[in-house]
Amino acid sequence: MHDLPEQLANGLILGAMYGLIAIGYTMVYGIVQLINFAHGEIFMIGGFGALTAWLWLPDGTSLMVALPVMVLMAMTCAILVGIGAERLAYRPLRGGPRLAPLITAIGLSIALQQAIWAFYPDAKKDLSFPQFEGGTVHLAGISLQRGEIFLLVAAPLCMIALAVFVSKSRTGRAMQATSQDPDTAKLMGINTDRIIVTAFAIGAAFAAIAAVAHGLKYGQVSFRMGFIAGLKAFTAAVLGGIGNIYGAMIGGLALGLAEALATAYMADVPGMEQFGGGAWKDVWAFVLLILVLLLRPQGILGERVSDRA
Amino acid sequence: MSALLEVEDLRVAYGKIEAVKGISFSVEAGQVVTLIGTNGAGKTTTLRTLSGLIKPLAGKIVFDGQPLNDVPAHKIVSMGLAHSPEGRRLFPRLTIAENLQLGAFLRKDSAGITQDMQKAYDLFPILGERRNQASGTLSGGEQQMLAMGRALMSRPKLLMLDEPSMGLSPIMMQKIMETITELKSQGTTILLVEQNAQAALSLADRGHVMEIGNIVLSGTGRELLHDESVRKAYLGED
Ligand SMILES: Nc1ncnc2c1ncn2[C@@H]1O[C@H](COP(=O)(O)OP(=O)(O)OP(=O)(O)O)[C@@H](O)[C@H]1O
Ligand SMILES: [Mg+2]
Repeated sequence: MHDLPEQLANGLILGAMYGLIAIGYTMVYGIVQLINFAHGEIFMIGGFGALTAWLWLPDGTSLMVALPVMVLMAMTCAILVGIGAERLAYRPLRGGPRLAPLITAIGLSIALQQAIWAFYPDAKKDLSFPQFEGGTVHLAGISLQRGEIFLLVAAPLCMIALAVFVSKSRTGRAMQATSQDPDTAKLMGINTDRIIVTAFAIGAAFAAIAAVAHGLKYGQVSFRMGFIAGLKAFTAAVLGGIGNIYGAMIGGLALGLAEALATAYMADVPGMEQFGGGAWKDVWAFVLLILVLLLRPQGILGERVSDRA
Repeated sequence: MSALLEVEDLRVAYGKIEAVKGISFSVEAGQVVTLIGTNGAGKTTTLRTLSGLIKPLAGKIVFDGQPLNDVPAHKIVSMGLAHSPEGRRLFPRLTIAENLQLGAFLRKDSAGITQDMQKAYDLFPILGERRNQASGTLSGGEQQMLAMGRALMSRPKLLMLDEPSMGLSPIMMQKIMETITELKSQGTTILLVEQNAQAALSLADRGHVMEIGNIVLSGTGRELLHDESVRKAYLGED
């Protein structure tokens, strides 16, 4: 077990990213029981928004200065697309057959990918994303890329802010009520349409932050980046118990750790030599998903369905 | 003076099936009016339509002088119409106190809200003792108390109760009926849907008997209580 602390850090970083994206799946599901399969693309749009902001800024702007602008732009683009999707694609289908919004979500996901592919300049190939200069930093014996520090700061802040917002604010309380019983929430005077929009917006904003982190970590964005990241984040949401925001955070971290550790050490397990290394790294998430669905379908923190009123 | 609630020729359908087929009734301020009738008569549908959860096919609903037909559900409670739904429908993972606070969601007077929560705890002391307990863990009777308390938190002009005695033990049922009587004596206007016709008619000023989407009989509580067809159909006599 060489460099275990490094691998754990790596797993936590991946996990924080998955967790941030997973919030969008879980909040929307918790409130409207919809799996928004276009959420991965909302994440991708966030990445392109950040890149666009970077390209607009004058040459020579330092990334430190640019970063807040990029984050803001990423969130704005992702939120606009997220809210637009809710308004134009999902809301008209509410109350209809359950399959309709699901199919719409898949269609929307493809449409968004293709729109970026077709209309964003040069997006037919991977576009390079700005990187922090100056190599890695060493923190408590672990070497980190500078870009990863952004995520290590942003992710806990976002999660704490969300937890406080949901449990303490008036809108957060209304959100809990709407997710537990939307009709009765209306009887209390809660504008549930507005709550649903808020859930989409928060999910999109978190995905946008994850997208900036993703760009900084891998040095590129692509119109396809939402697919695998979205699928893994969805896995994280299910793993943690879909509908539960703490579950999304925990599921993300569990998934990130599992992926990092499996990638690093699977080759050392007798009989599993051929499954080691990066080539298999996208497989472990889905192995884990299948295991969870078999052994604990409600996820780590999920309630049994019968607990829902 | 016109009534607090006036319903005229109300028709409501689920798809092609008409569940309410043109009913008219009214509720005067200070009155308790009850809708009784067998399963599937359309009582719940009527209340849900008044609350805006279902859009009517036709007819007129006027509450406190204002038409309700096109008011979205979330705006109706602020007009003074509160609804304690069938099956209680608490927010199970929220505490008693949080459920009560949600009943006052649109109110801004925090002092008044605190005062009304205390009133709810006075009315139902058990709720006060357990105020930080998740409402999903309460017994059926306690849940019903909370559902009523929550509806009262909006300080409604009209309180609609859908089968408050459903599934309760005889003792609990009596307790709930006593509470409704107490609310009545305090001047609360109530539209009460009940299967327990005996109890509902005994305390109601007026009653309407519903059968498959129509009101087939109306009268004062006392008249209906002594009506032969009502006694046969709803009070188990032959
Ligand atoms: N969501 C729905 N979709 C389709 N039909 C419905 C729906 N809700 C109620 N109905 C039908 O409408 C009719 C009236 O139902 P409603 O619930 O209003 O009756 P009720 O008088 O409240 O009965 P109960 O005493 O059993 O509560 C019934 O035939 C019922 O099957
Ligand atoms: Mg009913």
